Amino acid sequence: MPLTLVLVQTLNGLQLGVLLFLVAAGLTLVFGVMDVINLAHGVLYMAGAYCAALFTMMTGSVWTGFALALVASFATGLVLELLVVRHLYGRDHLAQVLATFGVILFMNEAVRLLFGAAPLSVPVPDALSGAIVLMPGLLYPTYRLAIIGAGLAVAVLLYILVNHTRIGMRVRAGASNAPMVSALGVDIGRLFTLVFAFGAALAGLAGLLIAPLTSVESGMGDNLLILAFVVIVIGGVGSIRGAFIAALLIGLIDTLGRSFAGDLLRLVMSPSAASQAGRAIAPMLIYVLMAAVLFFRPSGLFPVRR
Amino acid sequence: MLRRNALPIVLFAVLAVAPVAAVLLGEPHLLGVLTRVVIFALAALSLDLILGQGGLVSFGHAAFMGLGAYTAAILASHGVHDALVQLPAALFVCTLFALATGAICLRTEGVYFIMITLAFAQMAYFFTTSLSAYGGDDGLSLAARTTLLGAPILDAASGLYAVSFSLLLGAYLLTRTVAVSRFGRVLRGIRQNRTRMEAIGFAPVRFQLAAYVLAGCLAGLSGVLLANQVGFVSPSLLSWQRSGELIVMVVLGGLGSLHGAVMGAALYILLEDVLAEVSQHWRIVFGPLLVLVALFARQGIAGLIERRREP
Repeated sequence: MPLTLVLVQTLNGLQLGVLLFLVAAGLTLVFGVMDVINLAHGVLYMAGAYCAALFTMMTGSVWTGFALALVASFATGLVLELLVVRHLYGRDHLAQVLATFGVILFMNEAVRLLFGAAPLSVPVPDALSGAIVLMPGLLYPTYRLAIIGAGLAVAVLLYILVNHTRIGMRVRAGASNAPMVSALGVDIGRLFTLVFAFGAALAGLAGLLIAPLTSVESGMGDNLLILAFVVIVIGGVGSIRGAFIAALLIGLIDTLGRSFAGDLLRLVMSPSAASQAGRAIAPMLIYVLMAAVLFFRPSGLFPVRR
Repeated sequence: MLRRNALPIVLFAVLAVAPVAAVLLGEPHLLGVLTRVVIFALAALSLDLILGQGGLVSFGHAAFMGLGAYTAAILASHGVHDALVQLPAALFVCTLFALATGAICLRTEGVYFIMITLAFAQMAYFFTTSLSAYGGDDGLSLAARTTLLGAPILDAASGLYAVSFSLLLGAYLLTRTVAVSRFGRVLRGIRQNRTRMEAIGFAPVRFQLAAYVLAGCLAGLSGVLLANQVGFVSPSLLSWQRSGELIVMVVLGGLGSLHGAVMGAALYILLEDVLAEVSQHWRIVFGPLLVLVALFARQGIAGLIERRREP
């Protein structure tokens, strides 16, 4: 396998990784802080993509579309928290699964009703539409590099926000002992609402970033949601650092596995058997990794102390 | 005694009589829907055994259904149609899968258990997509319906219903017997206080694993029936959405009562059918209904009917 192909696929894996991180960060914050299993987190990713498509069409500018989509994702999070999630605090996980599963059905169908079953598309912003020569013979799309850059920038911002600001301190305190934080005079209800809407905005950001590269369609968040759950479970539920490392790991393993599993197996098998086995094994790799991690470290790589 | 059992007795009586009424009313479509109800009730019932009694939230239960269905379809594609081969084979596959994955899953607890069961179900899902000799992504048509000693008992819609209903009733009586037995009491004890059960000398994992295997086998059985009803198996049988639906059925009906799982499955399938006839966008009503049940009917519909007080 040529080196440039490996590099290209590594970059693709990083790009998937940072997207997964954006989605998983919100998921793990909501789970860590509020103890809510939010299956509907994937539809917030879808909402970001659809809003980007809608606002780009309405305003004629991708950048304006992106900005409005980000605001709309935050607002969607606020509404969802107000209508549904707020009533699930302190309830058992099964009630949360049932309610948020209902939200998935509703939102997936709502976009199908409003936008039709045919997928939408969003143009790549003009400024980022070209490709960059990273090294001789390696041309890589600028937009994908921009996604990686944006994801890493958000990760740094999130790190500073959670670890070095007053609101971050409250969020961390709320995660370890919500009643105590409440007793100290923090409006825990408003804190939860903010964290949830913030998580929604991060998922929406991932959705709008990927919109130009994929077809925007109903149900697009469902499989990403499962990947995001894999990420937070491998990383340790509630740990942003764990989510970051696990997201990059999953992104790389999934992308590289799908590209090269067959090639690697060809070293030990006949070509036809190798390509067939490669196709079978590649999608399973991350789940094998997850099972292995949980077998040796039942609470993930970076468990949060309770 | 009769009063306490009134709801399950009425429930099974309705399920026994309904297909007769469907035939008399000349509604063959309804018989198909009822068969689907009974088959999914069997799967939901098996999930309630580990979820309601044992507190084990398995997010991969559809894998067992899918494995049962695939076992039947693959055997049928090789000309093996008899139930006396297909059923033991399906039960064997499900037992093996449950033993191997259960032993690993049960090392974890809570949300980690949910996710690791999901991981194994996803592996099974991707395994079926890679079975290129048996259709891969596209799935596999059932070559012929399952027979019993050569007799085509499942060929007629009424025969399929009768067999499915009998298996559901048998499974209900079995799971109820298990639930009230010493085994079931230990299982509930582990759910409530694992440390205390260990302290008085029980090995929790052994009990949980036995329940996990039994539940997996019953779900596999429902998979064989489903393959016969639909006449087709595909990887989507094992998708995580399908596992989610099974959990929803159990919670919708009311956790831990066993007959609640049957009612939950019935309500889910019937609502799906009724709403789908009104509009193709039925989920826009169905989704919020689930939210309302989760928010306001804490014991599910079984709880609503029995007006049980919260403990």
